Amino acid sequence: MIRFLLKGLLRDRSRSMFPALTVAAGVMLTVFVFAWLRGMEASLLQSTAHLSSGHVRVTTAAYVADADQMPNDLALLGVDTLLAGLRARYPGLSWTPRITFGGLLDVPDARGETRTQAPVAGLGVDLLSPGSPEPRMLRLAAALVRGRLPARRGEVLISDELAARLSIPLGQTVTLIGSTMNGAMALANFEVVGTVRFGVGPMDHSALVADLADVQSALDMANGAASILGFFRDDVYHEREADSVAARFDAAHRSTDKYRPVMETLREASGLADLLDYLTLVLNLAIGFFVLAMSIVLWNAGLMGSLRRYGEIGVRLAVGEDQGHVYRAMLLEAVAIGLVGSLVGTGLGLAASYVLEVHGLNVSAIMKDNAMMMEDVLRPRVTPGAALVGFVPGLLSTVIGAGISGLGIYKRQTSQLFKELEA
Amino acid sequence: MRRAWWLVLALRAAAAAAQTPPPSGDEIVRRVDANMFAESRIMTSQMIVHGERETRTIESKTWQRGTPDAYTEYLAPARERGTKMLKLGDELWTYDPGTDRTIMISGSMLRQSVMGSDLSYEDMMEDPRLERSYAAAVAGTEDVHGRRCWVVQLTAKVEGLAYETRRVWVDAERWVPLREDLYARSGRLLKTIRLGDVRQVEGRWVPMHAAYRDVMKTGGGTEFVIETIAFDAPLPAYLFSKAALRR
Repeated sequence: MIRFLLKGLLRDRSRSMFPALTVAAGVMLTVFVFAWLRGMEASLLQSTAHLSSGHVRVTTAAYVADADQMPNDLALLGVDTLLAGLRARYPGLSWTPRITFGGLLDVPDARGETRTQAPVAGLGVDLLSPGSPEPRMLRLAAALVRGRLPARRGEVLISDELAARLSIPLGQTVTLIGSTMNGAMALANFEVVGTVRFGVGPMDHSALVADLADVQSALDMANGAASILGFFRDDVYHEREADSVAARFDAAHRSTDKYRPVMETLREASGLADLLDYLTLVLNLAIGFFVLAMSIVLWNAGLMGSLRRYGEIGVRLAVGEDQGHVYRAMLLEAVAIGLVGSLVGTGLGLAASYVLEVHGLNVSAIMKDNAMMMEDVLRPRVTPGAALVGFVPGLLSTVIGAGISGLGIYKRQTSQLFKELEA
Repeated sequence: MRRAWWLVLALRAAAAAAQTPPPSGDEIVRRVDANMFAESRIMTSQMIVHGERETRTIESKTWQRGTPDAYTEYLAPARERGTKMLKLGDELWTYDPGTDRTIMISGSMLRQSVMGSDLSYEDMMEDPRLERSYAAAVAGTEDVHGRRCWVVQLTAKVEGLAYETRRVWVDAERWVPLREDLYARSGRLLKTIRLGDVRQVEGRWVPMHAAYRDVMKTGGGTEFVIETIAFDAPLPAYLFSKAALRR
């Protein structure tokens, strides 16, 4: 019987090929959109975690309130003790202190007078300690455009774009003009030993990456840091675990002191919560819309098929085939069509996503003014979820479509069949 | 009869004194400027910055030539030692010994705090002679620290001042300000200054202690304490040049 149905499917193009192709196209689109949005979400999360907020972030309660202004006067102090406590209590994460700061980069001429200046977005990270996770987190080796990574105190990396804009050659001594954590003017000299490109608009425009100890010294932040970032060891953001760690930490440091340490998860610290919720909503809506649209299309296709097969169904009923049996046979046909269409669509969708995941899509031209911590080469992400997300709705939509259109079988009156067939 | 004549004269004199009009705002400001400013001034001082998390004391020595030019060298703490500031007219330079760089402070940098205190570089750039920058009007009298003061309302008469209006309480006998409230163009209070420990130095009344408070900042304000001050002393000419900063 199944062999008979499959033969029928393959031989009757209007009955099977069109619905199968429709399902395949829809499933392919769903798989691709899913993989694309998941890729964007992953890129956003990873870039934000690496460059800005970690998977969890410890800072002071006062700092959190004005975090956008990088208020280093409200930064953490006694970082060594805090860091030791975090490492002992939460060994599932690697912990590293950072200082983010703003300032002016002053480039002197041969006489030591200011030749040019530009604002910089500074990042003080542990570049020099053996085993520091920072060079890996910031992918500094991959981001390096010219020169080398800092090997000793007093050496910095700046964004390649900034170096080009200010005509700063490698080896040039530049002066950072900033503000100490006490609000006084801070000046510090650094040697530019390399230029970097992170592929993230805000960083590439004006980044300066220096060793944490240099920045602590320059900004008068002895044993201080703007924040301590925690990264899960597999470098994947585990939201529930992050929530649990943050809740335990905050419970242990409950007080009314505005300088008490507080822990935020990536969602909270980055301000991405709304965006991530929106992405999930878009994904669910896309899948829901796909199932609905496919069901309507296939219902319509089923109705047209029923009309075309009006005679066939009549004969089958007339020769004594049970209505339920005919209905189930149509559902079985729908399952076969759905399976074929969903398999083909999933395969094509995954293949297209994989090709783009490998090669990436460079959107730097439209992302140059983007303020989000997102790479400008976007890649879909092929996951097991992407394989299922189109397949199941593809199958369901054909069965639902056939199920609705097939209900007409039960409306046929056996007594009228021969009259209808004579006509 | 003669005694009565003298009594009449005395009563007339007292009545005349009672009818003497108060000094005008401009007159008060002129007297304040005359008391406070000299051809030159050499001063050592302490600036005590009461931050939210710590209190820092910054020591400095200043050589001032007239009102437009000043040279300041910071003496303590160790982090600030050797830092120098040079004001030449409307230009301000700072020298940092750690970087061996001389940086001109201009534009938005002028609004930054001086050494984390409640004073800004803009405050340093203001012409301290009130008479030149403000139109003055007497708003009444009040007692400050038990001393009778003229309350003078100052309104900017030149463009580009950091404070559009000031309310100054001036000691009616010594012609020294004892309190100042500084306002923005919008009328918002920006800073308050409380002056005290008024001593007579070389014939001038000088407030040796000032407490500044930037109302936009948290923390406990900034105290400025004059330790020594000398007026009209000879100044080495070489100080007032950029080259002196790197000496």
